Amino acid sequence: MSVSTVTKEQFRQFVSSLIGSAQTVVGVQAKHDKFAFGELKNADDLRLDYDVTILSPRKYVLPPKETLLSFKVGGDSQSVQESEKMILLGVHPYDMVAINQMDELFSQGEYDTHYMNRRNNITIIACDVVTASENVFASSMNTATVDTGFDILLTDIGDAYVVEAATDKGEVLVKMMTGVKSAADGDLSKRKAVQDKNKTGLNKHVLQCKPSYLPTLLEKAYDHPVWEEKARLCYSCGSCNQVCPTCYCFDVQDEVDWNLETGRRTRAWDGCLLENFATVAGNHNFRKHREDRFRHRMYRKGKYVPSKIGGQIACVGCGRCVSACTSHIANPVDVYNRIMEQTEIG
Amino acid sequence: MCECCNGKKDIYLPELWTVTKRRMLNGTELFLHLEKDSGDAFEYTPGQFVEVSVAGIGEAPISISSSPTQKGLELVVRKVGNLTKVIHKLEAGDKLGIRGPYGSTYPVAESKGKDLVFICGGIGLVPQRSFIRYALDNRQDYGNITVLLGTKCHDMRLFREETAMWEERKDMLVMETIDEAHECWNGNVGVVTTLIPKIENNLPKAQVLVCGPPIMYKFVLMALAEAEVPEDHIYVNLERRMKCGVGKCGHCQINEHYVCQDGPVFRYSDLANVPEAI
Repeated sequence: MSVSTVTKEQFRQFVSSLIGSAQTVVGVQAKHDKFAFGELKNADDLRLDYDVTILSPRKYVLPPKETLLSFKVGGDSQSVQESEKMILLGVHPYDMVAINQMDELFSQGEYDTHYMNRRNNITIIACDVVTASENVFASSMNTATVDTGFDILLTDIGDAYVVEAATDKGEVLVKMMTGVKSAADGDLSKRKAVQDKNKTGLNKHVLQCKPSYLPTLLEKAYDHPVWEEKARLCYSCGSCNQVCPTCYCFDVQDEVDWNLETGRRTRAWDGCLLENFATVAGNHNFRKHREDRFRHRMYRKGKYVPSKIGGQIACVGCGRCVSACTSHIANPVDVYNRIMEQTEIG
Repeated sequence: MCECCNGKKDIYLPELWTVTKRRMLNGTELFLHLEKDSGDAFEYTPGQFVEVSVAGIGEAPISISSSPTQKGLELVVRKVGNLTKVIHKLEAGDKLGIRGPYGSTYPVAESKGKDLVFICGGIGLVPQRSFIRYALDNRQDYGNITVLLGTKCHDMRLFREETAMWEERKDMLVMETIDEAHECWNGNVGVVTTLIPKIENNLPKAQVLVCGPPIMYKFVLMALAEAEVPEDHIYVNLERRMKCGVGKCGHCQINEHYVCQDGPVFRYSDLANVPEAI
């Protein structure tokens, strides 16, 4: 697939033309003093120099709430497969890695048509990071750059973007851009410089081991005092789950219309830090204590989910949980490093 | 199935079944016999569960109590929440939505030629009944069959006529106990664990299948350890909140195991070091 360059002004015009097309265009925009993904109405609002968004683009592949079925109360149900064609603009590499992991999790074993249809209708234009956020540690997690999952990858090299089209969908979009030039060696070395810088520079919290060591580390850490120490301050609010790009647990509920005859079955984000996440019939809670739930999240990211996706660590170093946690206890790097203080690295 | 899914089925879409028989087994447990409306084959193995739903109320995982050797599907539903309250009002002819079957199975094939010991506490009999009936319908395939039944009180005993018929059979041993003495009860009194020493001779070479309330496992497993039953001969059937049934939603996870996929039936030796399991 092709690698080319386009000036920032030409790219702005391209985004403008996308906004006028039939697809929904979602991009990163400023929101007060932060950034957020939202529907883009004006190409000038797109901010590819952002540091991090409040919520990850997970909200487009797995919406906070979606309809799975429609039904007659007490009767038959029909599958509801709604998904619009969408262009997602400005996905950072760590968030791209998170989406790649979810693609694997929702398609492996029992194929989830609701997730996969939506995903297949989304075209992703990713971009390398220009500004490091206050809590990013993607360099520690090897997620500061990415080579798969996107349709197009943009790298800001000053007055132009290097545009790498990775799929047929991406190539079609590149053909729509005016003024596209094949990337010169100089452009490619500028791009490499940006990526090399990010590979080490997006590291506000430094993990003291390779991420691939985490499953082994956690094997020996189940009874470590850190769980109780940290969880003592946990409000069980689930903010860490809410902002995490790799959290995909959900709850399923039925909603009945006012006519009491029809309704829909929906799923919505859930969070394993919430008190009743593991409660079963008869009110028995299998993770009643805060430290059990706190540990569960760290194990999900560092051991359980990795075992389902070929060892990939399910923390991508975006740092959102670090910023979102009121009690300042959610930082996975702090927890993993603390465990390492007392556990020999094998 | 719809056009937009590349021919892939919606894994969350239930199919309708009709209630053909219903009766209360005790004050809280409803027995249902169901037939599938489409008439399509429904293949399952003892130990598996289905997701049962009433559209508009919700969905819950329920163990299959029938054996695949019989016609239709049998479930036992305890009245504990909104959904089960509605299910308890169903009459013959009413509809239920069902997805599945899901989850792991009892070791029906690898237990061939071996003795079977079923240890059942309360509604733990419900899923165990699937394998017990299966083994009785394929009697020549299995060695000695022993069933231990423990129930909290006399009034809560399940499948009384059926267990009475089992007791009369010469080709199986059934022992029953209730936790609290009762004037209408002449049998054993005490928790199900107290029966284990009485069948010690049946244990060493047997596949031991355990199902009951969370508290029961701890004591039964201790008693089995004392009787020196190897951990890889013991199978436990665990309950969690299996919301999606297909390994996605995260609710039933015990450490790295998804109960809905890796369970509900686990070989105990695979779980012995999993802290949240028992």
